[in-house]
Amino acid sequence: MKQVTLTNVSKTYPNGVTAVRPTSFEIEKGEFLVLVGPSGCGKSTILRMIAGLEAITEGDLEIAGKRVNDVEPAERDIAMVFQNYALYPHMTVFNNMAYGLRNRGTSKAEIDKAVRDAATMLNLGEFLDRKPSQLSGGQRQRVAMGRAIVRNPALFLFDEPLSNLDAKLRGQMRIEIRALQRRLGVTSVYVTHDQVEAMTMADRIVVLNAGRIEQIGTPSEIYHQPQSTFVASFMGAPPMNLIDADYKGNGRVYLKGGLDMPAPVETGRAGSVKIGVRPENAKMLATETQGALPFAINHVEELGAIRLFHGTVGGQPFTVHTSHEHAIPEGTAWLDLEKSPVLMFDGATGARL
Amino acid sequence: MKRVQFNRPLLPFLLILPQMAVIVIFFYWPSAQAIQSSFYIEDPFGFGATFVGLSNYHDILTSAEYLKIVNFTVIFTLLVTVLSLSIGLLLAVKADKVIRGSSAYKTLLISVYAVAPPVAGLIGVMFFDQHIGPFVKLAAWFGWEMRVGIDYWDTAITMITISVWKQIPYNFIFFLSGLQGISRSVVEAAAIDCRSPIRRFWTVILPLLSPTAFFLLIINMTYALFDTFGIIDTTVKDKAANNPITLVYKVYMDGFRGNDIGGSSAQSVILMLVVFVLTVFQFRFIERRVHYN
Repeated sequence: MKQVTLTNVSKTYPNGVTAVRPTSFEIEKGEFLVLVGPSGCGKSTILRMIAGLEAITEGDLEIAGKRVNDVEPAERDIAMVFQNYALYPHMTVFNNMAYGLRNRGTSKAEIDKAVRDAATMLNLGEFLDRKPSQLSGGQRQRVAMGRAIVRNPALFLFDEPLSNLDAKLRGQMRIEIRALQRRLGVTSVYVTHDQVEAMTMADRIVVLNAGRIEQIGTPSEIYHQPQSTFVASFMGAPPMNLIDADYKGNGRVYLKGGLDMPAPVETGRAGSVKIGVRPENAKMLATETQGALPFAINHVEELGAIRLFHGTVGGQPFTVHTSHEHAIPEGTAWLDLEKSPVLMFDGATGARL
Repeated sequence: MKRVQFNRPLLPFLLILPQMAVIVIFFYWPSAQAIQSSFYIEDPFGFGATFVGLSNYHDILTSAEYLKIVNFTVIFTLLVTVLSLSIGLLLAVKADKVIRGSSAYKTLLISVYAVAPPVAGLIGVMFFDQHIGPFVKLAAWFGWEMRVGIDYWDTAITMITISVWKQIPYNFIFFLSGLQGISRSVVEAAAIDCRSPIRRFWTVILPLLSPTAFFLLIINMTYALFDTFGIIDTTVKDKAANNPITLVYKVYMDGFRGNDIGGSSAQSVILMLVVFVLTVFQFRFIERRVHYN
């Protein structure tokens, strides 16, 4: 069942700036959908339009089968977790969580139970009488989560909720939020600019760029089958290697520096293309073999479990990811791409070929 | 805060000397003089003074006229404070929501503050003038014959209206900046948690404005008690007669018009005590409800 449906939803500000071009997608009940993209791509605007904090210029938004374009935020049956937590500074933790229920006329006993249950779930039991200013960043984040949970809404909205936390806490909260969402089974939309968060938390990812959807898919689809150079380079760290080449329609692509390799796909039209190889998919050899490309190593990054080799292929930057056991070759190494998963993109539009 | 160590022990005192001098010369010295002369009856021509103990205070506190003025001062102060605070807040809340032409709107509201009090009083008096005042004409249109300067309550309403009008821009500026200091996302979180904008205002916006409101409460009470002197003076045209006046105007009347220095000093000591008690009360009982970030 569809919990949220966007049909050609767009946003144009009064000053003429278009933040979101007509966008359509659906969210299944219980699904965790992540909107990811660089800043200014329109991801937060989409979230805020779903919340009702931003008016929808054109198109239709349905939540639980009801068109809600003109419904007040408080009546959309949603709860939102903000980037800066947005806790009420003058209220205790208990009252922060109880506020939304009180305004909806929930009985005192029910409010008390709901808040205490949520507090137990989030390990906030001992902080209920404190003010937000007396809590740490991680605890405030939990209160913001609690405020969303007690309402038991049809939809959770997360607006970059972890970006104000330090890296260690971020990793921990990532797991906690996802586990909590699975347990409660509430449909969620999560906005982030962090591709690691998107990959690790999402059931499905929507990659946005300049107010337009680049691709929608599962984390695995997005990672292994990117539909554009934008998605290929945005998702994954280090990003996918993209090297310029010429496709001449004879089954081979020609790289700079007189190199050539078999074309990963056959298309009707010859022209400039980009060859995409994930750093971990490039097989590095110490000696030259038939069809291997020379790889001039400039720099080796030692990351403990893995090694990153940065260098050039035919004068173009290229990175190879290996396990830490892989020997560091002397001088030039060789890349065997013939059996690796290699993608090809249109050189002009960036679209997958 | 940075701590500075002075090698010579006198230097820090020297540095605060100008500030202290101003306070002592313009505040403590006159206060001390007022307290001293409130125990004397002074010769009107300044030839001598007789110690009379508390008799000045006794005369004041048993005078029916004085108690009537106390009554009026309480009403006047309450109305001016409450009205100028609430109207200033209302305008600020509305201005905060204006998107188009907001700066022109704000400038128009703020510019009134640049008018000097006696000028404001004069403009106000013209508005309520018996012959050319638009407010008097408006009142007449509704069948209310306003006689400012003759009818006690008509004069009172005039004074209160002008005083409120003069103070609204000041409150407006502070409330507006207070509103703009409230985090946008907190306001948005409230919009998701509560459907009624009025309830949101009382439960989220106003508590977050409370430091501003508390500051303005004290400023406005002081304004109503003391700074409205110019407005009262222009409204009653320097001759109070049977018109309503406030305590501070009575001090001036008795001291400078009636040459009763002793009685006038005793009144100003009483006024000082009242303000002191009020301020202590406000800080002890109202400030508790204020949330500072």
